Amino acid sequence: MHDAKQLREPFLRLSKREDLSMGRKIAVRLAAVVLALIVCGILILSITGMNPITVYVTMISGAFGTRSRVWSTVKEMMMLSCIAVGLAPAFKMRFWNIGAEGQVLIGGIVTAACMINLKDLPAPLLFLAMAVGSVLAGAVWALLPALFKAKWNTNETLFTLMMNYVAIQLTSFFVAKWENPYGSNTVGIINQSTQQGWFPQIAGSRYFCNAVLVLLLAVLMHIYLKYTKHGYEIAVVGASENTARYAGINVGWVMIRTMLLSGAICGLAGFMAVAGASHTISVSTAGGRGFTAIIVAWLAKFDSATMLLISLLLAFLQNGAGEIASKCKLNDYASQMIIGIILFFILGSEFFINYRMIFRGSKKKEV
Amino acid sequence: MQGLVSLFQAAVFFGTVIMFGCIGEILTEKAGNLNLGVPGIMYLGGISSLTAVFIYEGSTPEPNPVICVLLAMVAAFLGGALGGLIYAVLTISLRTNQNVTGLALSIFGSGVANFFGGSLNTLAGRFEQIAVPVTSAAFRKTPPFLSGLGIVGKLFFSYGFMVYLAIILAVICQYFLHHTRGGLNLRTVGENPQAADAAGIDVTKNKYLAICLGAGISGFGGAYYVMDYIKGTWANDGSIEKLGWLAVALVIFTAWRPKAAIWGAYLFGVLYWMYLYIPGLTRASQEIFKMLPYVVTILVLVITSLKNSREKQPPASLGLSYFREER
Repeated sequence: MHDAKQLREPFLRLSKREDLSMGRKIAVRLAAVVLALIVCGILILSITGMNPITVYVTMISGAFGTRSRVWSTVKEMMMLSCIAVGLAPAFKMRFWNIGAEGQVLIGGIVTAACMINLKDLPAPLLFLAMAVGSVLAGAVWALLPALFKAKWNTNETLFTLMMNYVAIQLTSFFVAKWENPYGSNTVGIINQSTQQGWFPQIAGSRYFCNAVLVLLLAVLMHIYLKYTKHGYEIAVVGASENTARYAGINVGWVMIRTMLLSGAICGLAGFMAVAGASHTISVSTAGGRGFTAIIVAWLAKFDSATMLLISLLLAFLQNGAGEIASKCKLNDYASQMIIGIILFFILGSEFFINYRMIFRGSKKKEV
Repeated sequence: MQGLVSLFQAAVFFGTVIMFGCIGEILTEKAGNLNLGVPGIMYLGGISSLTAVFIYEGSTPEPNPVICVLLAMVAAFLGGALGGLIYAVLTISLRTNQNVTGLALSIFGSGVANFFGGSLNTLAGRFEQIAVPVTSAAFRKTPPFLSGLGIVGKLFFSYGFMVYLAIILAVICQYFLHHTRGGLNLRTVGENPQAADAAGIDVTKNKYLAICLGAGISGFGGAYYVMDYIKGTWANDGSIEKLGWLAVALVIFTAWRPKAAIWGAYLFGVLYWMYLYIPGLTRASQEIFKMLPYVVTILVLVITSLKNSREKQPPASLGLSYFREER
């Protein structure tokens, strides 16, 4: 017989819960963001001595203060969302495509190559060449790890990670090849005088086309993942490969097909970054967005609208923190630090959505 | 001959940075956690050691080299371990996804390090290039007498103490993992946490310790880079990040054996610097050569998966979180 006193209850027990209402879920996440912003405020306060309210007012003005700042924030948000949209199907399938950085760069390289070498083509043809080229390049870059994963179960996390650096070195190679002026080790603005291969200016902004394209992609991806057979197969493979195999899904083929799509969209992001935004190519064309976008896609649980929202938050932080940094003559890596902190908090908050904590002596019964 | 000697030296310098990162990551991965935050951890280690010493050297007229070195090492370890602790709390206690958390840590670490690295002077009210000459000299001090032994001295004894420390750590780690009870427990946790738990091994404690200790060791890599490799300055050029990913690659290359990290790291160094010793390369084609370490890692990855050999596999539960409550 058990003696009740000897059976010591643990101080804290955890149980899974799936019954949290939508409102509560949103509240938990909002609380995480607010908490993170408070921590960031304290951090900035202790470094710069700026009053936290001023900090956030400055950040808002830095991100949305003028028309051009708004567009710059939108540009940043769209770049991030585009890559996240591209990554979503791969990650939903639990294929760890850490290689977005490289896929974006390779798309950018092809775009820049077209802008430099095919500048005499009529504009529509040039755009077609850039778009098709970058999509194919991105897809090929993603296809390699997918093939090996499907055939021999080669670890895709590390394979795609290494492909990033192959792409970065390839970019350095082309930058050295195309450098202009000679000896600067940068490509400079491509076709500055003719603006060949640049996205047209619509609604007073160069980034309008980017925004429209990305929004369109986001909607299409939502439909693809939610309402098509392909999307369903991706979800099943992601939940359990064995189940998928049992259900007669050709797992290898789904993997390859999905990675082709994922890489293609990332390549397209490179196209937009070069032809639609910077008009140049360098190793920082992707600028770490390939990594940040992974977290965006993951936190959004691959939902398009949420991805756009999180991208907006991060773009705001980046441009806002940049403003603070330039005001205080500090460097703008501050934004990365702040983004890191926010990500930690949002990541951690998922725990409180998924688990119920039961403390010792609590009256509540576990279900 | 002269060229070969200097290639070997360059490889050792380069290899030591990633060897520290790699040993730390092996320890972490043996506990079943794939930490993609190595670049961030190395950044944190580097900047903590630089900040600590910068403050110390700036506050005393005659800094003591021994204190400088101790301070730098302790700060690097703590900085790295702090990064590891954030990762551990999130992945073990809060059960977040390991890859995503690691990437967030990389973003955070590189942000913190580059921010302070670039602003330390402004914050301290000094405006010259950031430098910690005394500490850097102490780090780069070669062993007395031995370094004068002609070519042998040049090959083996022309380095600062951290080069030797890395080798010693690799050997200790190898011994710990494969010849002690603690190492066996740790490997069990990484292979099969359910079994470890049933056998009475504290999975959570083992994971926490391995991750924090591993991160501290990876942090040394950052300190070595800052103090020795770039001679006590700071550069916002993202090199530590590149090296951090190479350290992750090296873990695969060594098939999770710390002792293999010794030659593996130097081999990566040779591959990386080889372009300097191949005549007739243009600046553009040099960049192609710098791909080698990454391409070699991909090849190793592919070959090991083709061969599917039993002893060269990652820990079985690598990347999976362990929830005792899950059935």
